[in-house]
Amino acid sequence: MTHRPLTFAALLLALVLAAAGCGGGREGAPARDGGAGEAPAGDASGEQLSGRIVADGSSTVGPFTTAAAEQFQRRHSGVQITVGVSGTGGGFSRFCRGETDLSNASRPIKDEETAECEENGVEYVELQIVNDGLSVVVNNENDWAQCLTTDELRRIWEPGSEIGNWSQVRDGFPDVPLVLAGPGTDSGTFDYFTEEIVGEGGASRSDFTASENDNVIVQAVSGNRGGLGYFGLSYLEENEGRLRGVAVDAGEGCVEPTSETVQDGSYTPLGRPLFVYAKKGAFERREVQEFIRTMIDDNETIARNALYVPLTDEQRTKAHDDLEAAIGEVGS
Amino acid sequence: MRATGRRWSEDVVKGVLALFALVSVATTVAIVVALLLPAVDFFSQVSLREFFTTTDWAPLFSPARFGVLPLVAGTLLITVVACLVAIPFGLGAAIYLSEYARPRTRRILKPALEVLAGIPTVVYGYFALTFVTPQLQALGVPVGIFNALAAALVMGIMIIPTIASLSEDAMTAVPQALRDGAYGLGSNKLQVSLRIVVPAAVSGIIASFVLGISRAVGETMIVLLAAGGMPNLTFNPLEQVQTMTAFIAAVGAGDAPHGTVAYNTIFAVGLTLFVMTFAMNLVSIRLVRKYREIYE
Repeated sequence: MTHRPLTFAALLLALVLAAAGCGGGREGAPARDGGAGEAPAGDASGEQLSGRIVADGSSTVGPFTTAAAEQFQRRHSGVQITVGVSGTGGGFSRFCRGETDLSNASRPIKDEETAECEENGVEYVELQIVNDGLSVVVNNENDWAQCLTTDELRRIWEPGSEIGNWSQVRDGFPDVPLVLAGPGTDSGTFDYFTEEIVGEGGASRSDFTASENDNVIVQAVSGNRGGLGYFGLSYLEENEGRLRGVAVDAGEGCVEPTSETVQDGSYTPLGRPLFVYAKKGAFERREVQEFIRTMIDDNETIARNALYVPLTDEQRTKAHDDLEAAIGEVGS
Repeated sequence: MRATGRRWSEDVVKGVLALFALVSVATTVAIVVALLLPAVDFFSQVSLREFFTTTDWAPLFSPARFGVLPLVAGTLLITVVACLVAIPFGLGAAIYLSEYARPRTRRILKPALEVLAGIPTVVYGYFALTFVTPQLQALGVPVGIFNALAAALVMGIMIIPTIASLSEDAMTAVPQALRDGAYGLGSNKLQVSLRIVVPAAVSGIIASFVLGISRAVGETMIVLLAAGGMPNLTFNPLEQVQTMTAFIAAVGAGDAPHGTVAYNTIFAVGLTLFVMTFAMNLVSIRLVRKYREIYE
């Protein structure tokens, strides 16, 4: 009788532990395979892979890799794939120190980064994994900026720019304060945008909300009437309704940012390839090989689901060949 | 009968407890050293004058600028506004709880106040961003989505329990005899509260204020989420600002390569923050000692 509270506590603890043990289960275990039983499908050879893959880098490419991981884990649920979003530069830092297997990048690797990888003995293969358009976005209540020229964008974003109001951008624009947001300096998107629009990679005014977290940019632009920001097309499509994409005029007329215009090259200069850099040393693990193969072979499906622009057939073949060549070198 | 010699077990206990106390001192020293070394490296490349007197903070851009004043202004702005909220409400709540409230009311109200202290700061941050800011906008206040006002208001709310709790403890510790004496001389309750009890407890009250201010200065999550990420030298709470703590969190979470000047800004700003709160604590100790009343 005197042990009542103790017994109760013990029973409660047992219940909690049992619940924790029975719940959870495998992430990504498919509930949809029409009652085919518990065993996951495995790959073509029926083999169930396991292991751990670490990816980090661009926040623009991150969601694509994550979507690819989800796709891959339907067949190989024993493989843990973690995708970080430290920014393209940050991702390369880790990659060239050997900390990650894959580096997501929204721009090609720089010479300094290649040198660092060489120094640390990290050999890699560059793969163009998907396409993207860098979209310029404004607030929903912004009904005046339907199309901006690359020249106007340059004047807004160049270092030392004094433009603080939309009326200074073009005659006829209303008197609304300009509130800028964009990726931080570690971001490949930042490098790419400054390179294409301002003319020099890394050259940008500094008085804007800079964040590697694209959701902060979404918040900043959608929360301010005079908001203007830029990030990958996938974020625009994901946040349709919260903000609006602006057509860009590079001299040949206004072009809206869409999958089609990116693929056919008319959305210039902001259509761009996205990359995954894979450490050759990681190819010794079967799951890494298979994962990247999935990213390339199932490219269309993954890209459409994740709101990216798929590789063209040509690009896909090239990626496939580059990958197989690299794997061949390691000798799977 | 046992000989009453030296009980070594007592010495062991004393030693162990002293060790525990020393751990906190040692940690403080370790933190100072960990901050100092990279900060010294930083200041060998960036002059103290540039750091403390120029007004442009853009360490990650090129050309990099290292004027810390916008961050300091952001911290001070938010701290001041937060204290303008927390001190009146906190002190008022404390006076009510200590002097006016019936025991039953006190039993309910005091824990309720403690609940405010238990809310995670990240929840406060999102509360500021997703509730307070839209409400301010609905009231017609010209704020953007990131602004110092919402963050400071919410931070003030977060600090109220700290100030209320400590002030109330200080006031309850004032001997009843003082109050009775005042009543005997014909004072009403308000006069007793404000003219007798508060001055008698002022040492503890000041300590509570300083603790509240320290919390405001050092708070990171609320400002990171709601105040903005753009350094801005202003004292207008309607604008967005970046505080020292938010900057450290943002750069720390990003990936500036170790050992670079950009990375070492974390330590330089951290050291500045540490010195500020340390100085505040020293002032507080001085004030507390000066005004302390010892009864009996």
